[in-house]
Amino acid sequence: MSLLVLDGLSKSFGGLAALGNVNLEIADREYLGIIGPNGAGKTTLLSVLAGQLRPTSGKIVFDGQDITGWSADRVASVGLVRTFQLMRPFESMTVLENVAIASHNKIRSIPKARDHAADVIDRVGLGTYKDAMSGTLPTAGLKRLELARALALEPRVLLLDEVLAGLVPTERAPIIDLLREIHQDGVTVLFVEHIMAAVLALSERLLVMHEGQQLALGVPADVIQDAAVVDAYLGEDY
Amino acid sequence: MLTTERGRIVLGLFAITVLGIAAVYLFGGKDSNLVTQTVVTGLLLGGVYVLVSLGLTLIFGVLGIVNFAQGAMLAMAMYLVYFMVSSAGINPYLAVVLSAPIMFGFGWLVQSTLMNRLITDVGHSRPLLVTLGLSLLISNTLLMIFGGRPLNVPSPYAGSVQILGAIADVPRIIAFVGAVIVAGGLIVILRKSPVGLAIRAVAANGTGASLVGVNVKRIYAMTFGLGAASVGVAGGLLAPFTSLVPSAGDQFTTLAFVIVVLGGLGSVPGALVGGIFIGLLQTVGSLFLPGSGPLLLVFGMFVLVLFLRPQGLFGANK
Repeated sequence: MSLLVLDGLSKSFGGLAALGNVNLEIADREYLGIIGPNGAGKTTLLSVLAGQLRPTSGKIVFDGQDITGWSADRVASVGLVRTFQLMRPFESMTVLENVAIASHNKIRSIPKARDHAADVIDRVGLGTYKDAMSGTLPTAGLKRLELARALALEPRVLLLDEVLAGLVPTERAPIIDLLREIHQDGVTVLFVEHIMAAVLALSERLLVMHEGQQLALGVPADVIQDAAVVDAYLGEDY
Repeated sequence: MLTTERGRIVLGLFAITVLGIAAVYLFGGKDSNLVTQTVVTGLLLGGVYVLVSLGLTLIFGVLGIVNFAQGAMLAMAMYLVYFMVSSAGINPYLAVVLSAPIMFGFGWLVQSTLMNRLITDVGHSRPLLVTLGLSLLISNTLLMIFGGRPLNVPSPYAGSVQILGAIADVPRIIAFVGAVIVAGGLIVILRKSPVGLAIRAVAANGTGASLVGVNVKRIYAMTFGLGAASVGVAGGLLAPFTSLVPSAGDQFTTLAFVIVVLGGLGSVPGALVGGIFIGLLQTVGSLFLPGSGPLLLVFGMFVLVLFLRPQGLFGANK
């Protein structure tokens, strides 16, 4: 049983097709890596799924329910949650407040939402920054905050847009461990990422996109052997 | 870090104010009773300014809309109180409490039916024109119903008391206390309630807020409602010492804009401090400058702040 079904999903900007006829079935608790060169439509795909962009045509079915054209907040509150490549915290608010907003989706009581947010913050390893203004966090901290906000919504599907970009390898390792843990807890993950080592370490299936199209889909080890993929993405000399 | 910066600003402004007043006492060459009277009058006038500015700063800060209908909504609230007092004979201050939820509903309705449709990625200029139209609509509706003849709401607590030898009107003292209560209430709502948290999130970043499950349009409606409710309380508290004409709100709006920009867009504490400061500056200035001279001080101060701290006294550093 697929948790998320994309049926002929397309998105054009003017005459330019950013996404052309994407058909995809994602199983519950799957970890799907998505790679592709810049401009391949990866981020557009996440934006369409998260309800920020309305698809030009096609359907999105989540858990048996057609959610095509739903607003971003509605999509988020049923459990389809995205993060951003460029972090966008609410800068004038503390880390705890940033996350508590997300917690309030499920929890009305203020102290309970704060406790919930505090737990999530501890989990992503930001405990010591709980009361810091979010605008003062360093890049690695902002990435963790971005994850914390998403996790506080208790997502069923996480749409991760380059959570590792901009981090040095020593900062990446704990985040990769965290992502593995989140997946083991039963969250389905769509993982857009350029860091191939992380993609290969985490993904159960791998989707390669190119010019808005699906170029290849399958077990990661097979996909990266595919000649077309190597040409399009990794370079002919790979 | 931000809190200490704010602390310094509050302290600095307080020091300037106290030193300024002390200097007027010592070197102003004026009778000290007269100075005390102007300080008390200034504080009370500041309270009026605070009341008018609160709703404006909230709507400005969160929705990014310059609400041109602010003055008309203020007049609307005054007439609402007048209507309740004259037709049902209730206490005007009870009418103030009743008018707040009515104005909230009005603000909510305006935002959710008219303006939410117009707020798009294109920008916030179209709602701005709607507020201008709304302002004309409200003023002329009031004119149609109540006529242009000045009306007044009698206060049951008319009279005055002595504060440190200065005379203060009771309705103005009530308005001042009301201003502090409304400001305090808004601060508590913004800091402590889930809705307040969502309002601040939307003000900081609307897209980000929608992605953590906040219904941005609902928050817009809520904010406009809260802004309108503050205006509702303001109108009601000003009515007992204002002569009611459909344009009664306009006299306050220019200064309210100055105070909101001075205090920092969207900052409730900024409106509180800024309003009182401007009130004091204007009345104490009138000791030395004739006619509308004190306004020169106010706008001079405004230009100075724009030079030194363009984000306003309490504005976030952007």
